Amino acid sequence: MDKQDVSQPRVLVLGIGNLVMSDDGVGVLVVQRLQRDYRLPGHVEVMDGGTLGLDILPRLEGIERLLIIDAVETGLAPGSCVRMAGDEIPVALETKVSPHQMGLKDLLAVAMLLGHVPQEMVLVGVQPGSIEMGIILTPAVEAQLDHLLKLVLSELNGWGVHLELA
Amino acid sequence: MAKIVVDPITRIEGHLRIEAEINNGKITDAWSSSTMFRGIEKILQGRDPREAWYWTQRFCGVCTTVHSIASIRAVEDALKLKIPPNAQLIRNIIMGIQNVQDHVIHFYHLHALDWVDVTSALKADPAKTSALAASISEWPKNSTTYFKATQDRLKAFVGSGRLGPFANAYWGHPAYKLPPEANLMATAHYLEALEWQKDVIKVHAILGSKNPHPQTFLVGGMSIPIDPDSQNALNADKLIEIKGLLKKAKNFVENVYIPDLLAVASYYKEWAAIGGGVGNFMCYGEFPDANGKLWFPQGIILNKDISRILPVDHRKISEYVDHSWYEYADSKGKGLHPWDGESEAAYTGPKPPYEYLDTDKKYSWVKAPRYEERPMEVGPLARVLVAYVSGHKETKAAVDMVLAKLGVGADALFSTLGRTAARGIDCLLIARQTPKWLDELIANIASGDYRIHGNEKWDPADWPAEAQGYGWHEAPRGSLGHWIKIKDQKILNYQAVVPSTWNASPRDAKGQRGPYEAALVGTPVADQNKPLELLRTIHSFDPCLACAVHVLDVNGNEVVSVKVS
Repeated sequence: MDKQDVSQPRVLVLGIGNLVMSDDGVGVLVVQRLQRDYRLPGHVEVMDGGTLGLDILPRLEGIERLLIIDAVETGLAPGSCVRMAGDEIPVALETKVSPHQMGLKDLLAVAMLLGHVPQEMVLVGVQPGSIEMGIILTPAVEAQLDHLLKLVLSELNGWGVHLELA
Repeated sequence: MAKIVVDPITRIEGHLRIEAEINNGKITDAWSSSTMFRGIEKILQGRDPREAWYWTQRFCGVCTTVHSIASIRAVEDALKLKIPPNAQLIRNIIMGIQNVQDHVIHFYHLHALDWVDVTSALKADPAKTSALAASISEWPKNSTTYFKATQDRLKAFVGSGRLGPFANAYWGHPAYKLPPEANLMATAHYLEALEWQKDVIKVHAILGSKNPHPQTFLVGGMSIPIDPDSQNALNADKLIEIKGLLKKAKNFVENVYIPDLLAVASYYKEWAAIGGGVGNFMCYGEFPDANGKLWFPQGIILNKDISRILPVDHRKISEYVDHSWYEYADSKGKGLHPWDGESEAAYTGPKPPYEYLDTDKKYSWVKAPRYEERPMEVGPLARVLVAYVSGHKETKAAVDMVLAKLGVGADALFSTLGRTAARGIDCLLIARQTPKWLDELIANIASGDYRIHGNEKWDPADWPAEAQGYGWHEAPRGSLGHWIKIKDQKILNYQAVVPSTWNASPRDAKGQRGPYEAALVGTPVADQNKPLELLRTIHSFDPCLACAVHVLDVNGNEVVSVKVS
């Protein structure tokens, strides 16, 4: 990793989910691809948040832009991608059931109470087809992996972060 | 009579269901059930005993060290291995800070909301809160400005309509008794404790290379190299960093947790007569020194008789499945010692969704462990009672201080409040002791002893054809045991009996209640649709069902339902 560039706003790309719960792990799979295939500048951190929940809290400190990738229950067809930003995220988590709603919802709520909320926050979500135990994605979600990665890269582009292939 | 079901119990780890009968505003009978199955022990069969800890650590994602410690000790016991003093001290520091962090998190983040009404904190006068805080502690953050700022953030948060971690509580319930100022003080410290806990657990990252799930455990010692002058080892810089973190841990416990605990408890003294439970207590003892002498003594107390302590013999432990969803090969009504334990699942409960479990038959995935056929409560209360009665100097001083400040006698310990107070005492004792183990470690390294592993019998060719071992640990929630049988260098059988298996146990062959069930009898419930009091007694045990049943929580979507008939 390059040396941290203090002049750049710090970015955290956070994939959340459980790899042994089928589509629940999709966020982690996306960040694994980023980690494997791209060179990351010092001010951009890519993290496999797994099912850590509140344990991620210290990693939010000092983060100005947060990009979360997660399976989200939207009621749409499996594989449907959604993008939410800012206040839409906690509101959506309040009313819609995410596979690990408590973890992410509590994380953001506590971050707010402690004053660690990033200035910009985007959630790239995908509707899971199955969150039962299993280590492969359902076809509908698997088919969206490339698209999700593109969404993430384009979101980062919007923040002035242009990732190069490693 | 009304029968209520609380499923799941929130602010615990894992999944617990309680069914309770209520007559005239009091619980008259209760059943504790875990509705998730475990299975890691079966995965271990046929594997290399030296890697068992790596798997058992995954029983849980909360107290992630405890199942490693118990596992490596079981293998060391089986192979008769001795570990060097440095490894022992490092383990003590890892276990110590785990206990301290876990207890603070339990008090503020899992249990306090049973006693502290966050919504009432909005009505508090910050100046009066500051005066209250200053009267019980010299904590530097106790200013009016500080409490005002916390209250403002809380107001903005509640005003947003999102309660986040404060959802699923019974705000405004008549059983909440703290004045608004005490509620604001405790809520401010709830947030402070969140910041504190993430710092102090860095000790695990330093000594264990990562947290959760430290990676430096090893049968025969530890795998972290010691060299004061190397950047790639436990060196002088890292030891000093740990020293600072342990000081921070102790400082918070002494100046925030204990004063808050005493302040909150003083408003709820009637809970010193509620929630007594089975009255039998067990502690395996913990924190061995270089010679194996235990700092916390082991022992058993029966029938609340604090005039004598009985020794613990793990051979007297057996697990029953008469009310648990398992089938033993041939033993109706008989218990099995964990060396011969079996985990064959045999679910006979109703098909979900269901209204009630058939509690006359099998009703839980938790087995019923018994010591000489008696149910045992384990945990901080058991640990503190055994140490107190054994004349453990530091424990005696801390218990007497707490009893004197609350103006109650030792009988008060056998209760919901006693359990919660004992956790604070346990935390205080360990928070004060852990820095001493670090000093010993530093002195030992300074003397030139860098040994971290015994280096004996690592090669399975040096092992006997058959061996069996018992690994014990006093985890935050109490006595944890792992039992291993080794044959031809592979695991033949493996069983874990975890603290919450003891405490959350269902009835046994004789129909004796487990500790949760017994403690709930007599607990008042003012409003059966909002059984806050039931939660107080259950939470006082700090349930952790994730490891009692050994399975991942599939669905973080917790919708609490309280069903009343």
